[in-house]
Amino acid sequence: MAVSQLVGARVKRREDPRLVTGHGHFTDDFTRVGVAHVAFVRSPHPHALIKKIEVTEASKADGVVAVYTARDFKGQLAGTLPALPVFVAVKKYVPEHFPIAEREACYQGEIVAVVVAETKAQAADGANMVDVDYEPLPAVINVEKAAQPNSDKVHIDAADNICWDLPFAGNEVSEAAFKSAEVVVKERIHQQRLTPTPMETRGVLADYEAYDKRLTMWMSTQNPHFIRLFVSGAMGLQESLVRVISADVGGGFGSKISPYPEDYLVPAVSRLLGRPVKWIESRTESVQNAYAGRGQYYDVEVAAKKDGTLLGMRVTQYLDVGAYCAPFSAFQTVACLMAGGAYKWQGISSRTVGVLTNKVPTDPYRGAGRPEATHLVERMVDLVAREIGMDPVAIRRKNFIQPKDFPFTQNFGLVVDSGDYEKTLNRALELAGYDQLRKQQVEGRKHGKYMGIGLSTWIELCGFGPSSATAPATGGIALSEAAQVRVMPTGSVIVYTGTHAHGQGHETTFSQIVADTLGVPMESVDLRHGDTGEGTAMGYGTAGSRSLSVGGVAISRASGKVVDKARKLAAHILEAAEEDVVFDQGKFHVKGSPDKSKTFGEVAFAAYGAGLPEGMEQGLEAVAYFDPPNLVWPFGAHVCVVEVDPETGAVEIQKYVAVDDCGNIINPTIVEGQIHGGVTQGIGQALFEEMIYDEESGQLKTGTLIDYSVPTANEIPNLITDNTVTPSPTNELGVKGIGEAGTIAASAAVINAISDALTPLGIKHVDMPASPNRLWAQIKEARK
Amino acid sequence: MIPAAFEYARASSVEEASKLLNKYGEDAKVLAGGHSLIPLMRLRLAQPTALVDINGIKELDHIKEDGNKLRIGALTRHVTIQSSSVVKGKLPLLAEVAGEVGDNQVRNMGTMGGVIAHADAAGDYPTLALMLDADIVTNQRTIPAHDFFKDLFTTALGPDEIVTEVVFPVANGPHKYVKFRRRLFDWAIVGVAAQKMNGGWRIGLTNVGVTPVRANAVEEALKKGAKPEEAAEHASDGLDPAGDLRASPEYKKHLARVLTKRAIQQAQGT
Repeated sequence: MAVSQLVGARVKRREDPRLVTGHGHFTDDFTRVGVAHVAFVRSPHPHALIKKIEVTEASKADGVVAVYTARDFKGQLAGTLPALPVFVAVKKYVPEHFPIAEREACYQGEIVAVVVAETKAQAADGANMVDVDYEPLPAVINVEKAAQPNSDKVHIDAADNICWDLPFAGNEVSEAAFKSAEVVVKERIHQQRLTPTPMETRGVLADYEAYDKRLTMWMSTQNPHFIRLFVSGAMGLQESLVRVISADVGGGFGSKISPYPEDYLVPAVSRLLGRPVKWIESRTESVQNAYAGRGQYYDVEVAAKKDGTLLGMRVTQYLDVGAYCAPFSAFQTVACLMAGGAYKWQGISSRTVGVLTNKVPTDPYRGAGRPEATHLVERMVDLVAREIGMDPVAIRRKNFIQPKDFPFTQNFGLVVDSGDYEKTLNRALELAGYDQLRKQQVEGRKHGKYMGIGLSTWIELCGFGPSSATAPATGGIALSEAAQVRVMPTGSVIVYTGTHAHGQGHETTFSQIVADTLGVPMESVDLRHGDTGEGTAMGYGTAGSRSLSVGGVAISRASGKVVDKARKLAAHILEAAEEDVVFDQGKFHVKGSPDKSKTFGEVAFAAYGAGLPEGMEQGLEAVAYFDPPNLVWPFGAHVCVVEVDPETGAVEIQKYVAVDDCGNIINPTIVEGQIHGGVTQGIGQALFEEMIYDEESGQLKTGTLIDYSVPTANEIPNLITDNTVTPSPTNELGVKGIGEAGTIAASAAVINAISDALTPLGIKHVDMPASPNRLWAQIKEARK
Repeated sequence: MIPAAFEYARASSVEEASKLLNKYGEDAKVLAGGHSLIPLMRLRLAQPTALVDINGIKELDHIKEDGNKLRIGALTRHVTIQSSSVVKGKLPLLAEVAGEVGDNQVRNMGTMGGVIAHADAAGDYPTLALMLDADIVTNQRTIPAHDFFKDLFTTALGPDEIVTEVVFPVANGPHKYVKFRRRLFDWAIVGVAAQKMNGGWRIGLTNVGVTPVRANAVEEALKKGAKPEEAAEHASDGLDPAGDLRASPEYKKHLARVLTKRAIQQAQGT
């Protein structure tokens, strides 16, 4: 093994020169000769019967090639969009979701017709000419009301709006804890709906070649192999003849994991029409129709002793499923399994209720279930501390799972692989100057300053597999990861991974691992992903902070297999026993005689030549699949300091400290970048973002980026970041994921800080987003 | 989204622009910076039959001192106003406000005339024009600002009438614009401008009604010697703002009072 030179180093992102100079290749950068353009006609109503669709005028419009409605796709696409079968045993009602509505539109933006034209503008004009006769039905928008038995129905034929109702652990599990409680605190905690707003919207270019029954799709997705699997299945095509190409992807945040209706309709149109066709999602479509994040509320009770010992928790999640159960929607219930956070509990009861509404479906959004769990447990711990007059730091220290406890089996049987929560907390407090801040707070309150300090000592589970857990939940797909390492005769290397990147910097990180393992310069390693026509047979994409701790390990193992073969060959060339051959700094030499050596490149060349050892085949390449034995468990401590303007309700973040532990670090710059982006999205949820629907009409009122407030660099403070390193025992690289960490941590830190700031007014809890208007109203109420 | 089809013509003089507007009729629109119009067109909320592009009319891009007046050409960009030493010397409040409009992209393209003619209730310049008794000069006449802003997105302009210039008084005494918003580039939730001139105060409010508002009651109270915090209590007198996603009517009225107090106090510090 070569001495590590690149792993751990601040290597600059290799992909950035291409991306920041506008030389990336996003979906809209691809085209085909003879391409036609698709525009979708979407229901303006959140719920309506489709009485008639008049297409005559649109069909005659300039440049319009074809207009299709649901009936045209009946023979083209089989069945319904997939949904995780994880709740099969208890599911109450998972509505069928054909990619285009025929008789009933159940959310604003649901596709009812497809217009194809020679140009994008003609397609847009044509779509405006399709005349749909709707009979509007009552829109079910409010989740709490939707869950009532007497509610209007989201689907006219449904018995109720309950998609699922599942207890993970009944009340008996926490009964003893609540019986012995000296303090019980209760709160309802809202997680508002968010739209993911990736910089690059979605898009599909599809080219079906009838003679060969071959389909090529260019699209913006986080997991091309999944799309291939689903689309080939729905279209009745051989999986090997469907190629999904997803080159550069401009952000996903989870919203590009699941297949969407358009992902089926666009290739189906190509087959119907015998032409390549393209659709690029507009920003308006994205804000309205991208699978939304969060959209939940929690009723939580916590039992504790007056000395701060946490005893028990009871939590019910109400999840706004939207009009259909999105493919990975059920994953968000992981919040119920993670509700205990970084602490020890006697008993936790939890239950999830999935509620249908006439809104676009929800699906995983950065963190998916884990930010919600962190937010609720970190809020509740603060509420207990407030109730008993304990410092938020002290109550955390008292209840943390301790380093000696790992591996720690938590209340739901998940095994937390490693951690040292107090170490990161101590570092964060040191960087924040916690004791000094508390003194400042006391002093400031005398002068009417509403300064607050918020903590978030978050933990996370990520890195999916393992296959034993994921395959049953997904209907047989393991979520392991594949890698292929191919060495050219002159020693340069192509690496294929089944993960994909939409901002993560895999071309850099993964190349660092390969270059170190093979002892070659990083420049000679080419990392390829996002094309099912190349590399490994299967890939599982990038989601849930899994790429490094699963895909990276597969790459490391495939590289190791290559080195093993090269070592055998080097021993043969050096006329030494294999065990006497040392591989160091990219060279093989016989133990004790470093001057007699062969470089990795020389051995690679020899591997394609003559005179190989008996029984050795030519070539130097290897495939590895890694099925992790457990999930990995990152953690950290964030400290947020805010000042609230009591006159206007405006919040200023004065300081933000993030100390995170993702095990061994391959590239510190990339880890920092992930924290910066993640914290920004968490602050976005805490202070700015919310999809607001009119409860009467069901119309989305925040349909543009003027009304839907994504924060910019102006609104985000400079972050103080640091890391502790507790290597994961789950994989040989000792790594954990970091892609979602910042988002998981941040909303709790910010809201805890605001709640702390408003303590003198008797305010204990504030909802998100903590907008100036909301805080002003709450302050005004408190002062009455 | 793609706008609906439209005709496009580029004018090289105000006369030509006026003729083109006559030719295309009342569904034609003038294109200046385009940062309000084009988004509306992309959403198909505006579907003009023709755009008359005035960006080539060089004489509309000017900043001129004229005795005790400051003449700002309709095509003058926010960035030019923001960085103009003339504006900074003669009406520093205007330079300050220009620097608070939108973001860099908006300030590089957006124009004085465009903001005035668009008459968005959340626009910043209309507040200044109103409170300072500016004159809006068109290719046909001169309209005092208090007769110009009629309603939401509605002005006194006729179909073929083009704003050519906005004429402000010189005022370089104490001044402040407090623009309250969630994100730096957002429109004002509420904005308050304060300018000391001719021995009295002028106070203008942004986004608390369908048009900009001059806070006469605050000005009167100050004239009678009220302290800023006392006078500011009158800032919401007579206001009946509509609520929106960012602010309830009550909150807007409250902000009008708080921000008025702050604007005057901060102006006194300048």
